[in-house]
Amino acid sequence: MTNLLNPLVLLLLIPLAGTFLLWLIPGGRKSLVRWVALLTSLIAFGYSLWMLSQFQSTDPGLQLGVKIPWLQFGSTTVHFEVAVDGLSILMVMLTTFLTPIAILSTWTAVKEKVKGFMAFFLLLEAGMLGVFLAQDMILFYVFWEFTLVPMYFLIGIWGGERKVYAAVKFFLFTMSGSLLMLAAMLWLGLTQGTFSLPQLEGVGGMVPAAAGLLFGAFALAFAIKVPMFPLHTWLPDAHVEAPTAGSVILAGVLLKMGAYGFLRFNIPLFPQVAVKAAPWLALLAVIGIIYGAATAFVQKDVKKLVAYSSVSHLGFVVLGIFALNPLGLQGGILQMVNHGLSTGALFLLVGMIYERRHTRQMDQFGGLWKVMPVFGTLTLLVVLSSVGLPGLNGFVGEFTILMGAYTSTAINYTLAAILAATGVILAAVYLLHMYQHVFLGPVTHEENRFLKDLNAREILTLVPLLAVSAWIGLYPKPFFAIMAPAVDKLIAIVQPFIAVVK
Amino acid sequence: MENATTTLYFHLVPLVVFLPLAGLVINLLIGKKLGEVVSGTIASLASGAAFVVACLLMLSLRSNPEAVVVPFAEWIRVGGLAVDWAFRVDTLSVTMMLVVSGVGTLIHIYAIGYMHEDVRLNEDPGRFTRFFIYLNLFIAMMMILVSAESYLMTFVGWEGVGLCSYLLIGFWFEKGKEGTGNAIAAKKAFITNRVGDFGFLVAMFMIFLQFGTLSFSELAHVSAPVGALGTVVVAGIGLFLLLAVTGKSAQLPLFVWLPDAMAGPTPVSALIHAATMVTAGVYLVARSAPLFELSPVGPQAVAWVGTLTALFAATIAVGQYDIKKVLAYSTISQLGFMVAAVGMGAYVAGMFHLVTHAFFKALLFLSAGSVIQGVEHGHHHDPHADHYAEFDPQDMRNMGGLAGKMKVTTAVYIIGALALAGVAPLAGFFSKDEIVAFAFGKNPVMFTMLLLAAFFTAFYMARQVWMVFFGKARTTAAQGARENPLVMTIPLMVLAVLSLVGGALNLPHVETLGKWLEHTMEGLHPAEFNWLVAGISLAVAFTGIAAGWFFYGRRSWQPGQSDPMKKLLGPLFTAFERKWWVDEIYNALLLQPYKDLSAILAEPVDQKLIDGCANGLGRMTGWFSRGIGVLQNGLVRSYALVILAGVAAILGYLILR
Repeated sequence: MTNLLNPLVLLLLIPLAGTFLLWLIPGGRKSLVRWVALLTSLIAFGYSLWMLSQFQSTDPGLQLGVKIPWLQFGSTTVHFEVAVDGLSILMVMLTTFLTPIAILSTWTAVKEKVKGFMAFFLLLEAGMLGVFLAQDMILFYVFWEFTLVPMYFLIGIWGGERKVYAAVKFFLFTMSGSLLMLAAMLWLGLTQGTFSLPQLEGVGGMVPAAAGLLFGAFALAFAIKVPMFPLHTWLPDAHVEAPTAGSVILAGVLLKMGAYGFLRFNIPLFPQVAVKAAPWLALLAVIGIIYGAATAFVQKDVKKLVAYSSVSHLGFVVLGIFALNPLGLQGGILQMVNHGLSTGALFLLVGMIYERRHTRQMDQFGGLWKVMPVFGTLTLLVVLSSVGLPGLNGFVGEFTILMGAYTSTAINYTLAAILAATGVILAAVYLLHMYQHVFLGPVTHEENRFLKDLNAREILTLVPLLAVSAWIGLYPKPFFAIMAPAVDKLIAIVQPFIAVVK
Repeated sequence: MENATTTLYFHLVPLVVFLPLAGLVINLLIGKKLGEVVSGTIASLASGAAFVVACLLMLSLRSNPEAVVVPFAEWIRVGGLAVDWAFRVDTLSVTMMLVVSGVGTLIHIYAIGYMHEDVRLNEDPGRFTRFFIYLNLFIAMMMILVSAESYLMTFVGWEGVGLCSYLLIGFWFEKGKEGTGNAIAAKKAFITNRVGDFGFLVAMFMIFLQFGTLSFSELAHVSAPVGALGTVVVAGIGLFLLLAVTGKSAQLPLFVWLPDAMAGPTPVSALIHAATMVTAGVYLVARSAPLFELSPVGPQAVAWVGTLTALFAATIAVGQYDIKKVLAYSTISQLGFMVAAVGMGAYVAGMFHLVTHAFFKALLFLSAGSVIQGVEHGHHHDPHADHYAEFDPQDMRNMGGLAGKMKVTTAVYIIGALALAGVAPLAGFFSKDEIVAFAFGKNPVMFTMLLLAAFFTAFYMARQVWMVFFGKARTTAAQGARENPLVMTIPLMVLAVLSLVGGALNLPHVETLGKWLEHTMEGLHPAEFNWLVAGISLAVAFTGIAAGWFFYGRRSWQPGQSDPMKKLLGPLFTAFERKWWVDEIYNALLLQPYKDLSAILAEPVDQKLIDGCANGLGRMTGWFSRGIGVLQNGLVRSYALVILAGVAAILGYLILR
């Protein structure tokens, strides 16, 4: 039982305990419900900071872990195995960082069924943390599927007009990918006698005939989640209908689960296939970068524009990952954090204007900077972070990714990086187009003339995101340092196969 | 102090960035409470203090001329890439620092007076402080650009000044044509520059892959890679850097943003879009000299782009009526001279012209601002004027006869115009002549084209001076124009003096600037003074001025008349007037197709084809599992319950087995 006092288990228990506490509170006491949820998420964040201080950043391996036999599956044991390493620690931190911000953003936006909303939100946090901590395939799968349920309800109950369609679509897309992944997991576990990820490293070499199929099954599940072109169409619908906080978490963390899956499964388990697939996945990533940017440009709904921009930005992440070199991988992981910050902030901003005007149509706005100078300024900063202005976070991520892709021997055609770099131009095109139509020019609609500028609570949700953006932009060293050993370890696994291909 | 124990101030170099930032922070926090004069003074002092630091650096370099690298903080170290925040103090970077902060400070001071009027004319006095926040930010970013030790840090400043340009062009973001003109101009500038920045990025990829570093110190002594691939790579580096230059320094084919950038308040046009930011491309080529010298392809392309731009933009300037647009195309043309110079390897001549041009073009823009506010004043104080009707205080056809009303402005404007036209012994003569002389020995075609551009330069400046200052006032606004206060005219006089004597920086056979830059750039070609060329280019300047007088001075421009050149040149002049239809061509060939493509991708492709396929697949699965009816009835909970049950069933199966 002492094992259960493991720091990571406690981290998982905090949001669950908060959910339990919420269950005890009468639903009518909305304010208390909100505070309990916020404090729970803040405790989880504070606790994760302590956990971070315990993390040895020079150690490339799994840390702070625990492994308890859980279920017996034939002769194979499923373990409750959780641990953290340089690949996942930043994702854990991102989750605990974004959750309180997202909860704070719902203060006035969510008025109905507050208790249920908060309960689902904390459950979601537990599920996401589980995904990043799990080191056993079945446990990973359980958490993976588990995150679907609260998000499904968050969209389906608190969402917009077409919430049911969007929620079901979100569910079905992810499920269809996951089922193949489950099959692959079961087959692997049964033939290899273990579900434990550390023990399955390089397993592709043991089952060369099946490795390609298994890689494909995992890749499909993760590509849908990321989402990669052409499996992305669930995302704009889900975002448009999701409540603001749901969008923040969906873009900020849930999508990262897909990219993280590539890092945790596809590359270490099937390094030889990963090397062969790298040029093709890079190609899809590049198509996604350009395609997402082009489609974002013509969207009339600001939230949809941001959703398509995610397709473009996540393309950079995947491109970096499959560069399979330190620059690409570290840039990719950093960009996962960056996208969580800047796109999270963009969704918060969209939510703020939606709360005031109940529309997100670009043609309903114009000249808002003059009416809401604080809102205009903060949005501009977030937009600049998102377009990758040097000095802010997005640039450090994109630059290292592109440099990684350009110098990658796994991707082996420099055109990928050059084409991807055009995404830098296109991002400026759609984001400044949006900024101009919403914030610049004269005020064209009477109802916008007297909109209230942001209040202290709203500013408070944005400032932490911007502060970390500037920190990463100017001094990314701690972020790179914490992931570098784990990334090097991952590269050591694939490196021999890159040499073989060449 | 000029001895062995001279104090060295190299460690102070971070201050050139942090002092303007300090000014920015003060104004951001309390600027509005301080009032206009204090707020503007703080910003000017912040920029002035950076100038003092730059002077100290210059003194240190005089006794210790070798480049010094001052590390500041670690930045990006991943894999083989190691780029830190580090400053580079050498004669090239300090030259730029002096120009940026020196001219910058004068423009800050001028802007205290100019913006006082401007915010009132635009009916939003609260925006005064914001202007100075942006200006300080610009100085800081420009300092990062020129003091960086690596391409990557230069790029931070490079895009940072682009941001300032965006903010300042769109300073009156609710004004301009149809209320959105300024905002669109700002966006155009940023995006066009991003195309250039793409070139910068790719060049950095190539440099890093080839040489394994982005540091200027380490790249200073690289040797050309062997083999066919290496040749292609070094040529590619030059060409992609050139793309970056064409963006920032408004050269063919990316110059289109600069004329529209005149939407910014006039001090911005002077500082950013004439004297400093747009010269960053010239600086970049000079800084990259060791890489450019590895392959003849890059430098040749640079020289040709510069030469073509010099001539092309000069022709357009002839056909413009907006006082600032003439200067804008003139700037593009003059930047073409500089780019051509550095492309030909005449780095000193290019930098020389950069410095003198900063003096006289800042002078011209600021005086133009003075003219515009004078005319605007006349317009606002005209009791008969219809103040709601469109009146363009920048249209030269609305001016005339200002010489009697704005004496200081007129005098300094003429000095600036003569310097630009290349009349000896003003600053522009020496620097331009050095470029033309270099081309004379190098390539007769370029030489001829540059001379032709110089002729047009003298011609359009003569046209402008006569249209604006002489003849009779053509409107009541011009009639009522008055001179501006000293806070504006004193910076003008300082710049006028610099335009008069700036040529002394690099006189033939003395070559102060050349010897100064030699410490940084190896193997500089000594400037050759050629009496024949000097004579030809002077003759060209005077012919241009005479032609200008013949068409615009001999008989003064009458209200409502059309340009006399129109009769003479016909369709050719229309081409000048319409800017060779470049904007229209880009719109038809690039912008509209991208919009159309995006629309096709977003609707038919994304929503119909891709989403249709996905939904079709989903429907099929749903149909098979007979869940579709439940879904569409909206029984969300029951459906999720089914899924939950599914998960439970899998787990149960695992447990029970």
